[in-house]
Amino acid sequence: MTPTQRDIDREIATESQAYAKELADGGPALHHPSRGYAPYRSSVLRHPRQPPIAVRDPDAIELSGPVFGVTDITDLDADLTRQHTGEPLGERITVTGRVLDRSGRPVTSQLVEIWQANASGRYAHRRDQHPAPLDPNFSGVGRCLTNDRGEYSFTTVKPGAYPWRNHENAWRPAHIHFSLFGAAFTQRLVTQMYFPGDPLFRYDPILQSVTDEDARRRLVAIYDHDLSTPEWSLGYRWDIVLDGPSATWIEEGR
Amino acid sequence: MTLPTPSQTVGPFYGYALPFPDGGNLATAAAPGAITVHGTVHDGAGQPVPDALLEVWQPAPDGSRAGRPGSMRRDQVTGGFLGRNGIDFTGFGRVATDHDGHYTLRTLPPGGAPYLAVCVFARGLLHHLYTRAYLTDHPLHATDPLLAALVAQRRASLESVREDENMYRFDIHLQGEKETTFLAFD
Ligand SMILES: [Fe+3]
Repeated sequence: MTPTQRDIDREIATESQAYAKELADGGPALHHPSRGYAPYRSSVLRHPRQPPIAVRDPDAIELSGPVFGVTDITDLDADLTRQHTGEPLGERITVTGRVLDRSGRPVTSQLVEIWQANASGRYAHRRDQHPAPLDPNFSGVGRCLTNDRGEYSFTTVKPGAYPWRNHENAWRPAHIHFSLFGAAFTQRLVTQMYFPGDPLFRYDPILQSVTDEDARRRLVAIYDHDLSTPEWSLGYRWDIVLDGPSATWIEEGR
Repeated sequence: MTLPTPSQTVGPFYGYALPFPDGGNLATAAAPGAITVHGTVHDGAGQPVPDALLEVWQPAPDGSRAGRPGSMRRDQVTGGFLGRNGIDFTGFGRVATDHDGHYTLRTLPPGGAPYLAVCVFARGLLHHLYTRAYLTDHPLHATDPLLAALVAQRRASLESVREDENMYRFDIHLQGEKETTFLAFD
């Protein structure tokens, strides 16, 4: 039987209480979702049950990682509103921020990729059958390289919320998917950026899979009026911190 | 220390954004010494996973770990993809599983390490998983410190099966009896 939103709400609350109890008992703060999070039904058969093996070999190749350069992007890739002959529909926004590693150092010249639904909540993907209009002037794919301060910036339109089939009346809060590379393969991150004040946060098992409230807050961009451009666009700021060690950390004995 | 940004699932709709032409071809099949690594990603019920995305990272055949740009070379005129230039070995590959959960990589044997580092993303997977595809006939295979530290049961899933001279099979099981050994770096 398809679970209702109320069923999922109850499961989310149970997971949240279990985490609060672990914290109260002196457990560590969890920065990432646990991979087996039953309220997100697709996770049930797609997470390992055995614990991962810790690799502490300073010669592991994962402590280095791929590099990208000017040949891998085009100038228009960071502006999702200029990839077609016409203008996409929706609220024009800029999203900008810094990519840092765990020690707060900027991640420079690395690839940032984004993808998102259009303003109506529809992806330009054949498997997305949400009966909302496609926008012939919006693909929803962007790329850029971080600059020497670790900054990235995209111009796009605000994505719409969209329904999905996790449970009855399931809706995803508006989000932009992000993919990030660090100095090492261990620092790889794929995540989603959310918009402040979205009423759907509490109902969404994907966001709630991050059971730590502070960590959840780190997935939400800040509206920054100074980043808004008069008569043109609204500005959001979202800084990203990549987890995981790199070869340079190990050389410096961190 | 700054606190990390949490991971979230890659979801179902990355297919028009992340894969790119030649993503799985770090080398062409015709390159001298080229090998094929292929396999199927399975879920805990043994079913193939048609919406997984694999990334690999490896040293160049000469052992360099510096990597090279140009994995997803772009056409500045059309905005499309040019494919790799056939000269630089970038060390990076990205390939989506097909409708039957299968993937294929073509590459050159890594220098200085007997494995390809593999990162798995999928719809339903809230945080990516790392594993390694070991090449069992690689000169460094016998002395690899990670393999040496593992019990046989946890070691077997990391060893690719050599199917013929240049062909290796590396299946990934996200869960279950044949569950792949996944790795953590912290
Ligand atoms: Fe999405």
